[in-house]
Amino acid sequence: MLKIIVLVKQVPNTTQVKIDPETNNLVREGIPSIVNPFDLYAIEEALLLKEKFGASVTALTMGPPQAREVLKYAMALGVDQGVLLSDRAFAGADTLATSYTLSAGIKKIGIPDIVICGKMAIDGDTAQVPVELAEHLNIGCLTNVSQVLEIKTGKLKAVSTMDFSQLKISVKLPAVLAVNKGINEPRLPMLKDMARASHMKCNTLTVNDLNLDKNRISIAGSPTWVVKVFAPESNRKGRILEGSIDKQVEEVLKVLKEHEAV
Amino acid sequence: MAGIKIDYDECIGCGECVNVCLYDALNINDEDIAEVNLEKCTLCGACASECPVDAIEIDAERSTQKDKDDYHGIWVYAEQWSGSHHDVVFELLTEARRLADDLGEYLGVIAVGSNIKEAAQEFITYGADKVFILEHDDLATPNDEVYAYLITKAVQKYKPAVMLYGATAFGRSLAPRIAGKLNTGLTADCTKLEIDKEKKLLLQTRPAFGGNVMATIVCPEHRPQMATVRPKVFKKQIELDDPQGKIINENVDLDTFESKSVIEKIIAFTKNEFRLEDAEVVVAGGAGFANKEEFALVKELADALEGSVGGSRCAVDACYCSHSSQVGQTGKVIAPKIYIAAGISGAIQHMVGMESSSLIIAINKDPDAAIFQIADIGMVGDAKKIIPALIQAVKKAKEKKADKVAV
Repeated sequence: MLKIIVLVKQVPNTTQVKIDPETNNLVREGIPSIVNPFDLYAIEEALLLKEKFGASVTALTMGPPQAREVLKYAMALGVDQGVLLSDRAFAGADTLATSYTLSAGIKKIGIPDIVICGKMAIDGDTAQVPVELAEHLNIGCLTNVSQVLEIKTGKLKAVSTMDFSQLKISVKLPAVLAVNKGINEPRLPMLKDMARASHMKCNTLTVNDLNLDKNRISIAGSPTWVVKVFAPESNRKGRILEGSIDKQVEEVLKVLKEHEAV
Repeated sequence: MAGIKIDYDECIGCGECVNVCLYDALNINDEDIAEVNLEKCTLCGACASECPVDAIEIDAERSTQKDKDDYHGIWVYAEQWSGSHHDVVFELLTEARRLADDLGEYLGVIAVGSNIKEAAQEFITYGADKVFILEHDDLATPNDEVYAYLITKAVQKYKPAVMLYGATAFGRSLAPRIAGKLNTGLTADCTKLEIDKEKKLLLQTRPAFGGNVMATIVCPEHRPQMATVRPKVFKKQIELDDPQGKIINENVDLDTFESKSVIEKIIAFTKNEFRLEDAEVVVAGGAGFANKEEFALVKELADALEGSVGGSRCAVDACYCSHSSQVGQTGKVIAPKIYIAAGISGAIQHMVGMESSSLIIAINKDPDAAIFQIADIGMVGDAKKIIPALIQAVKKAKEKKADKVAV
C-alpha cells in the first residue's frame, strides 16, 4: 500500500487583513486562521490517490499548538492521521530551516512514497519549502504538477504545467510533488466528519523527538533575516478627474493617446 | 534556544514594535512597556529592527558559513527554452549591472542549455563581464534537477556572492533546489534590490503577508545571497558603450549524474499563444458589475483598445470571466502598459497582481475605494455609464485616425 504524507499549514486569512487608513498600520485583530488554500488541493490529491491505489495518508504540519486545527480539518476529509511538529525551539525559521525541520519530522514518521504539498502558502508566498524539503531528504521532486498520470513500479508520471510549457515527466519514488491550484476540485467536509475528526488524536512531536542538528533549525538555521517591515507605498500621482462624464472621458482619451493606445 | 528579549529599562513604550508585528504578538502593558506573547511570536525580528531605542533583541546564535568572504560577483541565471532566452534575463542583467557597480564587483551570467553560445554575446551587450556557458546536447529541454546539479557545481567552483533568477515557474523550482544544495538563503519574488555598500550586502525587498506589507530581507552569513525576481519588475536596457566581456565554456559532465526525474515528452509549448501576462492593454472588471451581461462592457472596451480582459477574484468567482484571466495573488501577476480597473474596489490581493502596470486607470463608484490609491487616474462614477462613453470616444478617435491615414 502506498504511503503518502501531505503537508498542510495554518495561515492567517491574509485576504481579511486591512490597513488602518489613519495610522497606516495593519489591523490584525480578529483575523481568522485558515487552512492554506493551496493545501486543499494537496489534501484532495492525496485522497484521490488513496481512493485509486489504496494508501495511508498522514497530514503533517509545523506550528503552534493551535495548528492542530488544520490536521483535524484534513482528517475530517479522510486523511488517516495527523502529526504536529510543535516546539518553541522551531520558531523563527525561514524556508530553509522550515524545510529542514519538516524533513526531520518526515524521517521520524518514515519517508513515504509520496509527499504532496500545495504550490505555496498565502502568508509567505515563496513556493520554496516543497523543493528545499526534497533536497534535504535527497529525494525526487516535481513542481507545477497539474495531473498525476500513473504510479507504477516505483515511478510516478505526471504533467507539469509551467508558464509556457506542459511536460510529461516521470520521477522515481519516493518523491515530493508540489501541485498546482486547480489540479482537482477539493471536497468539503461533512459536519459529521468534522465531529468525528474532533475526537481523533494527533501525534505531537517536539525538538527532542527528532533526530536533527540544532544549528539547522529556528533562527540558527535560517540564512535569511528580516531587517525591515513597512507599509507598501505607491508613488502614483492619483489624479481624480472631475466634471461631467464626457469631460472625464475626454481627459482619459488624451492620456490614452499619450500612451499610444488610441 | 532562540528567544526574544525586551530590555525594560530601555523600552519607552512608543508602540512602534506593536505596529510592525505581523502576528499580533506584542502589546504595550499597563506600565507602558512592550510585552511579548510567546505563543504568537515567530521571532521574525521585524520589531527588533523597528525599535528606536534598540530595546528588543532577538537572541540567537546564527550559523555562519566559514568561507563567505571568498565569494565575489553577481550572477544572473539565463533561463532559456530551445536556445531562446526569457525576457526576464535581460531585465535582471540591466538591474544587476547597476548592483554590480554599487558592489564594485563583476557581473556574470550562467547559461545552461544546448546551442546557447550565440546568446552569450547578447548578454555582454547588456553589461555582463563574464558569461559562463554550460552546453550539452542533453540540456535542450530544461530539467530543474539536472540544471540545479550543474549550476551548483559551477557556484562551488566560482563562488559568486549574489545570484539572481527570474521568478518564473521554472526559476521558482530551480532556485530552491540550489539553495537547498548549498544550504544558503533565498528570497522569493523581490520587487526591489539594493546594495548596502558598507556591509556589501544585498537588500532584498518583497511583498509579504499577501501583499499587505513589504519586507526587506538580507542573507548576511551565507553565500551566495540568492533572490528570484518577477518578470517585468525591472526594465531592460542595453548597455551601449563598448561592451567587453569574456565567455567561459565550462566542461559539462553528465556521465556520473543520474537524474531522479526525466522529461518524457513535451506535451505543449505555448510560447506563441497569447497570455494575459503579455497583453499591453488590460481592461479588468470586478464586483461593480451585477451580471455577465453588464460585464460584457469590459470586453467591449478591451476590444476597442485591442487589449485583453482581466477580472478580480469576485468576477472570476461569479463566472464573468475565466480563471486564466484572474488578476491577483492567486491568479496572474501582470504589468501591462495600460491597466483599466472598472468596478474593482482594490483588495490588496488584486493590487499585488497589477500594481507594476505602467499606467493605471481606475473607475469606481466609491471615492474611497483603495484602488484609487494606486491609480494614476481615477474616475469616480458608475462604470456602467462611464465605459460606454469611453468606448464611443475610443472608437471615434480611431476612426478619425484611420481617416487621416487614408488621406
